[in-house]
Amino acid sequence: MAISLLTPEFIIERNDARCIRCQVCVRQCANLAHIYDQEEDRVLADDSKCVNCHRCVTLCPTRAITIRKNPLEFKENASWTATAIREIYKQAETGGILLTGMGNDKPYPIYWDRMLINASQVTNPSIDPLREPMELKTFLGRKPEMLKVENGKLKEKLPPQLELEVPIMFSAMSFGSISFNACQALAMAASELGIMYNTGEGGLHKNLRKYGKNTIVQVASGRFGVDPEYLNAGAAIEIKIGQGAKPGIGGHLPGEKVTAQISQTRMIPLGSDAISPAPHHDIYSIEDLRQLIFSLKEATDYRKPVAVKIAAVHNVAAICSGIARAGADIIVIDGFRGGTGAAPLRIRDNVGIPIEFALAAVDTRLRQEGIRNQVSLVCAGGIRNSSDVIKAIALGADAVYIGQAALIAMGCHMCQKCYTGKCNWGIATQDPNLVKRLNPEIAARRLVNLIKAWAHEMKEMLGGMGINAIESLRGNRFMLRGIGLTSREL
Amino acid sequence: MLLREGNIRIPAGCAISGIMNKKGLLFSGDDIVKSIALMHERSNGLGGGFAAYGIYPEYKDLYAFHVFYHHSGAKEDTETFLKKHFDIKLSGEIPTRKVPSIKDVPIIWRYFVLPREDKLMEWGLAEEEFVVRCVMRINSNIDGAFVVSSGKNMGVFKGVGYPEDIGEFYMLDTYKAYIWTAHGRFPTNTPGWWGGAHPFTLLDWSVVHNGEISSYDANRRWIEMFGYKCTLQTDTEVITYIFDLLIRRHGLPLDIVVTALAAPLWDEIQRMDDERQELVKAIRAVYGSALINGPFSIILACKNGILALNDRIKLRPMVAATKGDFVFVASEESAIRAVCPQPDRVWAPMGGEPVIALLEGVEDIWP
Repeated sequence: MAISLLTPEFIIERNDARCIRCQVCVRQCANLAHIYDQEEDRVLADDSKCVNCHRCVTLCPTRAITIRKNPLEFKENASWTATAIREIYKQAETGGILLTGMGNDKPYPIYWDRMLINASQVTNPSIDPLREPMELKTFLGRKPEMLKVENGKLKEKLPPQLELEVPIMFSAMSFGSISFNACQALAMAASELGIMYNTGEGGLHKNLRKYGKNTIVQVASGRFGVDPEYLNAGAAIEIKIGQGAKPGIGGHLPGEKVTAQISQTRMIPLGSDAISPAPHHDIYSIEDLRQLIFSLKEATDYRKPVAVKIAAVHNVAAICSGIARAGADIIVIDGFRGGTGAAPLRIRDNVGIPIEFALAAVDTRLRQEGIRNQVSLVCAGGIRNSSDVIKAIALGADAVYIGQAALIAMGCHMCQKCYTGKCNWGIATQDPNLVKRLNPEIAARRLVNLIKAWAHEMKEMLGGMGINAIESLRGNRFMLRGIGLTSREL
Repeated sequence: MLLREGNIRIPAGCAISGIMNKKGLLFSGDDIVKSIALMHERSNGLGGGFAAYGIYPEYKDLYAFHVFYHHSGAKEDTETFLKKHFDIKLSGEIPTRKVPSIKDVPIIWRYFVLPREDKLMEWGLAEEEFVVRCVMRINSNIDGAFVVSSGKNMGVFKGVGYPEDIGEFYMLDTYKAYIWTAHGRFPTNTPGWWGGAHPFTLLDWSVVHNGEISSYDANRRWIEMFGYKCTLQTDTEVITYIFDLLIRRHGLPLDIVVTALAAPLWDEIQRMDDERQELVKAIRAVYGSALINGPFSIILACKNGILALNDRIKLRPMVAATKGDFVFVASEESAIRAVCPQPDRVWAPMGGEPVIALLEGVEDIWP
């Protein structure tokens, strides 16, 4: 075989004086970047295999390891950057589509960072969340335009609602794209927090059915794991049309990841490729979507809200208006920085629009049409912290989904190699030896901590604005000011 | 140049006061002026006003339009519009007294009108809705014209100045009403526009309000879905529209409306029985955008009575009192004692706890 033209992306530096030859790094690296040379009693490294996931760095008992970006330079060229050249080498060697994992990492503007939040001074008091109640409870689902009350009683019951203690949910991540332990951690955390996690298109493992009250079950184009029991097992159903990281294309779980457990949960043969087609083959139009929405409602006796998730694309406002009118109770808009287990690099990095614009456009459009109350809006894709959440809600979201932030809380280091199945942190892998590295209890604790911390921060920000209930922030754009935005962007 | 209210949002602090006789007995404006004057320090001379119910018994079936004009062209345009849509039974200038501190007085006119039958047919609207649309059209489309009030047998008298001077200017001692509400304003900056003073009205609703609501834009963007236009960017305007929507258009009983505007906290809801819990949860889920968040005390008045309400954690003062058939509400107890030294009962309502006073024989605040 010809020599590869690709030079290592990272270099592993080992302080030999510190190294005690315990070989933890050797055993921990699923990419086989560390090698123990018995004859010389030295640990060597194959830099080309390193993905910079920090597993060895974190676990090295003597802190002997550092990973650096390879300082090797190509001749400076503004057009042909190192990345551009390396990508060509890869494709020339393999003839394949470039794959990647997690969300868009390109330096596109992040509009959350160009918005600032208001606070009260003098004319209205700020509210101290340590002294006063501060309410984050949120209901997702279709709301009637008005209530009918007779003799102090509700004349008509509300359509089904999801009741969230904090307006944050864990995004769809399938069993297959992530490990069972990771799924279990998300389910346990959601259950403790009074929020929702989402099965993604991975079916629902029988051991996780007990978390049904806090589960959104997803129906996507492959229909994996979908049967009436599955639909009724969760608190809500989500139809996935698209995903922010890869709008317009489907998904592919390679056969080698389809273990016995996954085969059972997804209801597909062991070792077979699980392919989710780009479109749903029964949805070629908005009227077809309506049929699926109502089929699912029929199957669940109208007891569960049905969400429709789409990627944020250019015409998102009109599409969402159609989805609302097609009968969806919740619309999820996933922006172009949303995460993924695997996506073609070109799609991830170049398709879709920023969630901030999409959300603002959709909320405005639904209000102009007077149908904003018919659906709840969930904003997903690149939410990094509690102030992003506050800004999203002030722009018009009812709640947000977090995926990447949740994974990072569990231990992900954003090496973007989820698609290889060799996640050293036991998250994006099906290798039993790697999966057992993720302790579901500990991971769940970390997720709970994260959401609780964000909730505290959100309460502080709300109090500062003089607001003590999250619904008074929803769509309250007076609470935001743009900074460094053109008037068009504003 | 300073922007006029409506082009900019101006926070304001305030004094409010209201007096009502539950038997419908008419009394002059002397007491309400005295009461609001006592709270002189709570306003800064940049806005005062009064609403009075029962002042036009001889024209009680006609809509009484009080209108400000900033130039005669606006008056011409408005009168052309009014003639096209209404039968004007009577019109004339609202009598005023010269008061040295009251300056930049607009042309102040009043009309007693009824919607034209042919226009009602043409627009396919109920009478009240027709009036609402016409008022909104004048206020947003005719430059220099502003409809101050448009209800039956009631009127609003307001302007730029301390409320006691405004009362003197409009000769309120010569009017008799069974409900009076008053407002003294402390805006943080304003070019002093007469239309921006309070009370704010719609049909025969009037609202005086003390506070600055933090939920303003959430409330505004929600209420605008129902066809209201918030042209003034004031809290009072949006609060009035919310009351109108919930009470008149959605037909909700007053206690439900109060629950939406000053919702009980979730802690409290958890302690309610199941049926009540379901109701209150539904109210918070459906009318979450109507929750008025941030400090406020308001007096809503209409022909049937008054509702006084504080925000749910009582960030603004409000005291209520009764004496015989009289009900008093004011920002400060002293403002009540100034006109009623020995009330039968005085109390400070809790946050979100409404004070409701209705005329005898009336079941709810609407219709």
